[in-house]
Amino acid sequence: MKKFKRMLVYTFLSIATIISIYPFFWMVVSSTNASVDVTRGRQLPGTHLIENLTNLFDQVNIVTALTNSAIIAVLSTFLTLLIASLAGYGFEMYRSRGKDIAFNVLLLSMMIPFAAIMVPLYRLFGRISHTAPLIGLDTLAAAFLPTITTAFFIFFFRQNTKMFPKDLIEAGRIDGLTELGIFFRIYMPTMKTTYAAAAIIAFMNSWNNFLWPLVVLQSPDKQTIPLLISNLGSSYSPDYGMIMSAITIATLPTALVFFFMQKHFVAGMMGSVKG
Amino acid sequence: MLKKNNIGWLFVLISIVGISLFYFYPMIDAFLLSFQSGMGANLEYTGLNNWMRLFDDPTFISALTNTFTYLIVQVPVMIILALVFSVMLNDPTLKFRGFFRTAIFLPAVTSLVAYSVIFKYMFSGNGIVNQFLINLSIVSEPINFLTDSFWARIVIILAITWRWTGYNMIFYLSALQNIDHSIYEAARIDGASTFQQFTKITVPMLKPIILFTTITSTIGTLQLFDEVVNITGGGPGNATITISQYIYNLSFEYTPNFGYAATVSYVIVILVVILSAIQFKVAGDKE
Repeated sequence: MKKFKRMLVYTFLSIATIISIYPFFWMVVSSTNASVDVTRGRQLPGTHLIENLTNLFDQVNIVTALTNSAIIAVLSTFLTLLIASLAGYGFEMYRSRGKDIAFNVLLLSMMIPFAAIMVPLYRLFGRISHTAPLIGLDTLAAAFLPTITTAFFIFFFRQNTKMFPKDLIEAGRIDGLTELGIFFRIYMPTMKTTYAAAAIIAFMNSWNNFLWPLVVLQSPDKQTIPLLISNLGSSYSPDYGMIMSAITIATLPTALVFFFMQKHFVAGMMGSVKG
Repeated sequence: MLKKNNIGWLFVLISIVGISLFYFYPMIDAFLLSFQSGMGANLEYTGLNNWMRLFDDPTFISALTNTFTYLIVQVPVMIILALVFSVMLNDPTLKFRGFFRTAIFLPAVTSLVAYSVIFKYMFSGNGIVNQFLINLSIVSEPINFLTDSFWARIVIILAITWRWTGYNMIFYLSALQNIDHSIYEAARIDGASTFQQFTKITVPMLKPIILFTTITSTIGTLQLFDEVVNITGGGPGNATITISQYIYNLSFEYTPNFGYAATVSYVIVILVVILSAIQFKVAGDKE
């Protein structure tokens, strides 16, 4: 009986594993096959990878899209971490009644669905387009500005700051560091793993973001990777091999980050429920 | 010199300004917009017109019904599956635990757009799923997964479940590590079956985290957009359209009607608040 139950568990988990992995397998295999072979259901690696990649680079503006996505992801990750860690540190280390109230009000913003504020945000950026064209509609800046202040990351940093030894701050003050100096010289280096975890989540969110860039970026040279893939996916006579190679390229960065930094990855994900 | 309290405010200032500007101000703007009508930027106040229009707008009713169908079918299936996986993987004597865990979690690293396009192709008329079903003689003719209303909804539900089950599983797995194994020992000695251990120990102990994942999944499902747009485009007809997609269409696909779009968007806000409150009430009956 016990053995039978064991078998059942293994069978169940194996089926789940196959279902989970198969789309990845098919994606990678298809990127090496010609479009006709993909339609015929070929399940073996082929010899068309180079051809698919050549088509991709010739026919589609994938380099531009990759560059745009990378710029947006790097800048937004950097700014998100800086702003959120300043706030998380500030709320925890300089506690006061007023700040606690402000913190709770900020947390409320986590309940706001993006779809609900999409239209007003679009109008907001439309209005500033005339006075500040560099951050107006159809600019890369507009694609990440609304995403860099998020209550989630402030909460995340505040939770982690609770574990930061307060003696270090006193030591810094005695050494004559300014309050901001303590933050940059002592807090930041000590909290490296917290930053790493947050960076992974922020980078993934930005790299994969679809709806807001779709709304705010209009010209083809501003396209990001998700926008490009969405366009390819809706074409009438799709070149499956080429599209699958594009999807593989788009998936690579996040997959690599996951495999090499699994511990930080999970820490970042769980950050929201700790404590 | 600045007082310590005031320095503290400087640390949190950018966040307060940013969130007010990019979250709270738009919420107020959307609320005011919901009482205005007109094309593009030419808006004027029309009272409750937009709100009344909701009740006899067939597309809105489809979007609402679809969103609720996804919610009611998908969220429970996914939560139960994730719980089952996590309980199985929490057994220290199980072989290949790490492998199974990584494999089942893997879908959570894909971008929503990328996996949606893959699912679209897999479930197309001559796609790999139909070929598989025909080869195994489960069906004799290909199923119109994407062009039949019923099947299109099923595909959307399958896709979301594929993407998010492993993600939720990780939360349960980490919570399970905090449960003392001796509780299960004691239960076994008292003759509790595996199923009883699951319903009488595991689920009650994981209640807070189950509540957390249910709320995040609910909020996520209410905002469903990427999958539907990229797998079915909301079709056939409006059979799979969601509220978020309808808001997008009203603002950027059809002749722009920001006022009515804002009204529809407030429906999501109201739903998020009501459903979260209900889930808190149901799960937190004693605390």
